[in-house]
Amino acid sequence: MAKKDLVGGSLWDNYSQQVADRMNNPRNLGEITKKEADDLNAKLVVADWGAESCGDAVRLYWAVEKGTDKIVKATFKSFGCGTAIASSDMMAELCLGKTVDEAVQITNLDVEKALRDDPDIPAVPPQKMHCSVMAYDVIKQAVSIHKGIDRSSLEEEEMVCECARVTLGTIQEVIRMNDLKTVEEITAYTKAGAFCKSCIKPGGHEAKKFYLVDILRDTREAMVREKAGAEALKPSFSGMSLFQKGKAIEAFLDAEVRPLLLNDGGNMEITDLREDGENVIVSIAYQGACMSCASATTGTFSFIENALKEKVSESIVVTM
Amino acid sequence: MKQVYLDNNATTIVDPLVKQAMDPFFCQMFGNPNSLHRFGTETHPEMALALDRLYAGIGAGDDDDILINGCATEGNNTVLKSVFWDIISRTEKKRIITTQIEHPAVLHTCQFLEEKGAEVVYLPVNDEGIVTPEILRAELDPEKTALVSIMWANNETGLINPLKELAEMTKAAGALFHSDAVQAIGKIPVNVQDVPVDFLTFSAHKFHGPKGIGGLYIRSGVELVPLLHGGEQMGGLRAGTINVAFMVAMGLAMEIAVDALEYEDREVRRLRDKLEDALLALPDVDIIGKRELRTPNTILASFKGIEGEAFLWDLNTKGVAASTGSACSSEDLQADATFQAMNVDADLAHTGVRFSLSRFTTEDEIDYTIGVIKETVTRLRTISSTY
Repeated sequence: MAKKDLVGGSLWDNYSQQVADRMNNPRNLGEITKKEADDLNAKLVVADWGAESCGDAVRLYWAVEKGTDKIVKATFKSFGCGTAIASSDMMAELCLGKTVDEAVQITNLDVEKALRDDPDIPAVPPQKMHCSVMAYDVIKQAVSIHKGIDRSSLEEEEMVCECARVTLGTIQEVIRMNDLKTVEEITAYTKAGAFCKSCIKPGGHEAKKFYLVDILRDTREAMVREKAGAEALKPSFSGMSLFQKGKAIEAFLDAEVRPLLLNDGGNMEITDLREDGENVIVSIAYQGACMSCASATTGTFSFIENALKEKVSESIVVTM
Repeated sequence: MKQVYLDNNATTIVDPLVKQAMDPFFCQMFGNPNSLHRFGTETHPEMALALDRLYAGIGAGDDDDILINGCATEGNNTVLKSVFWDIISRTEKKRIITTQIEHPAVLHTCQFLEEKGAEVVYLPVNDEGIVTPEILRAELDPEKTALVSIMWANNETGLINPLKELAEMTKAAGALFHSDAVQAIGKIPVNVQDVPVDFLTFSAHKFHGPKGIGGLYIRSGVELVPLLHGGEQMGGLRAGTINVAFMVAMGLAMEIAVDALEYEDREVRRLRDKLEDALLALPDVDIIGKRELRTPNTILASFKGIEGEAFLWDLNTKGVAASTGSACSSEDLQADATFQAMNVDADLAHTGVRFSLSRFTTEDEIDYTIGVIKETVTRLRTISSTY
C-alpha cells in the first residue's frame, strides 16, 4: 500500500483517449461476407476466440488475398468491455496489409502499445491487459484456420504471463542466473505478473496453468538439490591427494582464520604438510603480531586446530 | 447533457433537508459532546432527538442500544468479531452461519475469522435467489451454532429474505441473529419488534444521509465486545468522539426515509416497474428475481450479448449512471458471487446491469433512461460477436 493505492482510481480514468474513441466508434467493426472476399480475390477466414461465459469473446474476419497471402481486409465483432472492443478494433487494424506470416507476429503488447496516447503511459490499467491478450489469441486462431494447422504448433513455449509474454523457460532462467528469492524480484526482472497479476498466485482474475509462486518455489528447490548434488560429488577429504588436502586447508584458512589474525595485525603460514597413517600433520608458523602474542601458543593455536578438525577433517593435527 | 442517477444501492444523494439539519454543527455547535462546558452540552438535545428518530425508525425499545458508528462495515465487523471473542473462542459453539450472497463486509470478515478458528457455513440460496428457512434449518445445529448472519435484502438483486422466519428459527435454536439491513432501511419496513434480531446494522448514506456514519442495533441483554476501545462514548461500547453533525443528519434521514416508505412502495415501485417493463419489451432481456420478492427500487437485468461494463460505458456517455456486478469492472474477474450463488447461467454473470432508483428519481428521468437503454442495446448488439 501507498498513497496512490489508498483511494481507488476510476477504472475508466486509466483508459487512453484512443481506447475511449475506439470504444465509442470502432473503425473496423463488422463482418466480411464470402462475396466481399471473392470480389477482393481473397479467401475468407473467420476465427472465434473466447466465450460469453468467460466474459470476453471476439470474432476476427480476414480477407486473405490469394497468391500473396496478404490480409487485404480485417474486421471484428466483440462481446466484451470497452477495452476488449477497442483492443479488437486495433488488432484488426494492425493485421491490415500484412501477410498472414507477418500477422502472426503481432502480440498483445503491440496492440496495447498502439492504443497508447503517450508512448510512456499504458493504454489500459493492469487488470485490462487480458483484453489485448484476447486479440492476440484470435490472430493465432485465424492463422491456424487459414493454414489448416493445429493451433498448438504456433505456440513456441509455455507462456506463464500472457500480458507481458514471459515464458516458463525465461522465468526459470532469470531465477537461476540472478538467484531471485521473491515474486516481486521476478516481476522486476521480467515484468511477468506486473499487469493483470493472474499469474502470480491462484485466485486472481483467471485460473492459470503456471503461477509465479510455484515456479519460484520449484526452481529454488531444484537449485538447492543441484547444489547438494554438487557438494556430494566433491571427493571426501580422506580420498584427496596430499596436494588437494593442502589446497583445501589453505582455502579454509583463507576464508575463516586468516581474516581474524589479520585484524590483529598478525598472520600465519603452513610450513609443512605430511601424512602419518590416518592423520594429516599440518605445521604452521605465525607471522607479524602473532609471533609475539601470548595466546598464540594456547588459545589461538587450539582455535585453529579445532576449526580445522571440525570444518575440514578430524584427521588434521596441527603442530608448530 | 441530462444526468440520471440510477445507482442508489451504491449510495444516495443527501436529502437537502438533512444537509441543512447538520449545518449548524460545523461552525456554531462544534463542541465535543463529552465536554462539561456549554459548547459540549449544547449538542445534547439534538443528539437525543437523533437517537429518538433512529429508535423509532426501526422500532427499538428504550433498553436496547443503537451504537452510532462509522458505517455498516464497521457494524458488521463489530458483531462478527464480538461473537468470535465472546463465544467462539471460549465455548464449544464455533459455528457462524452466513450466506453466499452477503456483502464483502460480512463475507471477508467471516473468511478472516475462519482463519482464526471459527467454523463458517455459507448458505446457498434457492432458485429464486432467497435464503429460505429450510436452507437454514439444515445447518442450524443448536450445539454448534454461535451466530447466524443473513442480509435483509441483497444489494445486487434487491431480493428480500424472509427475515422473521429466519430470525425466529435461529432464536429457537439458541443462537444469536444478526442482519445487515443496509439495503432494506428506507426501502421496506424494518422493525425489530416484529423480527427478533439481536444485532442489526445500517449505514446512513443508503437512505439519503451522509457517508461515514452508521448504526449498530443491539437487543437489550445481548453481550457486545467492543471493536474500538478508548473513551467512554456509547457507554464504552464504541469509543471515539461522536460525529455530532452526521449523527443528527442520520437521525433526520431515518425519520424522513421511514415516513417516505409509503411513497417508496407506491411511486418508486411504479417507476421501477415502468423501467422494468420497458426492458422486458426488448428482445433477450432477463430480469433476476421475481418483482414481488424485491425491494421496490431495484432491477438487475441481463442483456444477452452485451458485456456489463460496456453497457455502463454507453449509459455513462449519455449521462445515465447504473452499476454492474459484472466481473470485468472489478479487480477480480471471477463472476459475481450473487450470480454464482443463484446458479444463474454463466453467460448472465457478465451481462448484468443494475438499476436502482430512489425517491428522488423522476418519471422524466426514467423515460429518458428507457430511450438511452434502447440505443445502447442496439449499438452494442451490433458490435457483439455473440448476439
